[in-house]
Amino acid sequence: MIEISNLCKSFTLHNQGAAVIPVMTNAALSVAHGECVGLIGASGAGKSTLMRMVWGNYLAASGLIRVGTLDVASAAPRQIIRLRRETLGYVSQFLRVVPRVPTLDVVAEPLLNLGIDSVQARSRAAELLARLNIPERLWALSPTTFSGGEQQRVNIARGFAHSYPALLLDEPTASLDAVNREVVLSLIEEAKARGAAILGIFHDEAARARVCGRLVDVRDFTPKAAA
Amino acid sequence: MTALFQLDDRPLLSVKGLTKHYGSRIGCADVSFDLFPGEVLGIVGESGSGKSTLLSCLAGHMTPDQGQVIFRTTDGPRDTVTMAEAERRRMARTDWAFVHQNPRDGLRMGVSAGGNVGERLMAIGGRHYGDIRAKAIDWLGRVEIAADRIDDRPRAFSGGMQQRLQIARNLVTGPRLVFMDEPTGGLDVSVQARLLDLLRGLVREMGLSAIIVTHDLAVVRLLADRLMVMKGGHVVEQGLTDQVLDDPQHSYTQLLVSSVLQV
Repeated sequence: MIEISNLCKSFTLHNQGAAVIPVMTNAALSVAHGECVGLIGASGAGKSTLMRMVWGNYLAASGLIRVGTLDVASAAPRQIIRLRRETLGYVSQFLRVVPRVPTLDVVAEPLLNLGIDSVQARSRAAELLARLNIPERLWALSPTTFSGGEQQRVNIARGFAHSYPALLLDEPTASLDAVNREVVLSLIEEAKARGAAILGIFHDEAARARVCGRLVDVRDFTPKAAA
Repeated sequence: MTALFQLDDRPLLSVKGLTKHYGSRIGCADVSFDLFPGEVLGIVGESGSGKSTLLSCLAGHMTPDQGQVIFRTTDGPRDTVTMAEAERRRMARTDWAFVHQNPRDGLRMGVSAGGNVGERLMAIGGRHYGDIRAKAIDWLGRVEIAADRIDDRPRAFSGGMQQRLQIARNLVTGPRLVFMDEPTGGLDVSVQARLLDLLRGLVREMGLSAIIVTHDLAVVRLLADRLMVMKGGHVVEQGLTDQVLDDPQHSYTQLLVSSVLQV
């Protein structure tokens, strides 16, 4: 479902003496349906960079990033927009939403964007928020004022609202208590069971061991000169 | 490349080589892009970068020196630059809408709120008073203006309400393409957020395409699918909004993104 080969990336900092920083060479990995692959490597080794290239907000210098039938590395913006709406989900570490929009609508939005009617979309959102132990009295409020752990759970609910065939998870259990961590791990297991291909970053080693079938060390893709 | 053929491949708006000079100075130069149905395109750049000139040329408020602005009308693609003035005006009232930064430029300040909305309907042939008033009340509700304010004049409204009224007036005729010039400029941040949410909902429900000129990067991140960065009349970078903001390639975009104060 996700297939990466010969992927390279460098950053050019035009306003800092046009410094060119190579960050990745010849990255390669694949994630099949129903599989969860974990990215490992020290902080700064390029786990998030790789994930962002798959999401399409970092441009690849060269190489191939196939998600389903689309090569994200060479796709037009509107093809990526469509991929994100229908095929590829992303749970980032940060919640980025229009201020003042109620939590229930934030979670229902990916479904509304797919043309699902609002009653059905909100009921799916409510189900996920309840499962992730966000108290119902908070659903009508904007998540921008929530605690870090609550915001993360809202982000997870949003990422799991639609049954994406492929999912990117950036530390989904980072600031959660034991109960909610368990809920998130079962959501991941259920997504695998329905055939989703998942690429994840987990600093939580026990969580990683439980959900990841394989690990990929991104240090193998770190350019030698910079290492 | 199979995914490509599943999309509606025909752009709603196709802009080619659009150029406008003010004497020897460049307004905008050689701008080309396609806008597809349901897409929101943001145009950012500092004051004087040519973004407002570009918007005026696109919307037919100004005649470009060169280039084409091809709009897919119900009768097929037409170049709106060379189209007869009367025809372009009709399009501006039906398929197109223009939301000005200052609501005073887009509203009739001496006419009631209901009249402002109803006027657009009458301009395209609406005649039944009851229908027009009912539709006006419906639209005031959609932009969160209470029905009991329908007979008040816009001058009695706050800035945020005036801007929402301007949006209602523009969208009541069900346009397919909306041009917006700094739609949230001049509003305080809490009102901005509400307006952003409203615009996002309307774009989704009506399948609108929109072109939004702004200097506010936070606004485009939340509202635009795609982004175009202008400097000195030229487009220096364009792409997916979060790609341009998170991994800017051009030196000017890098400067622009790194200059934003974090709250």
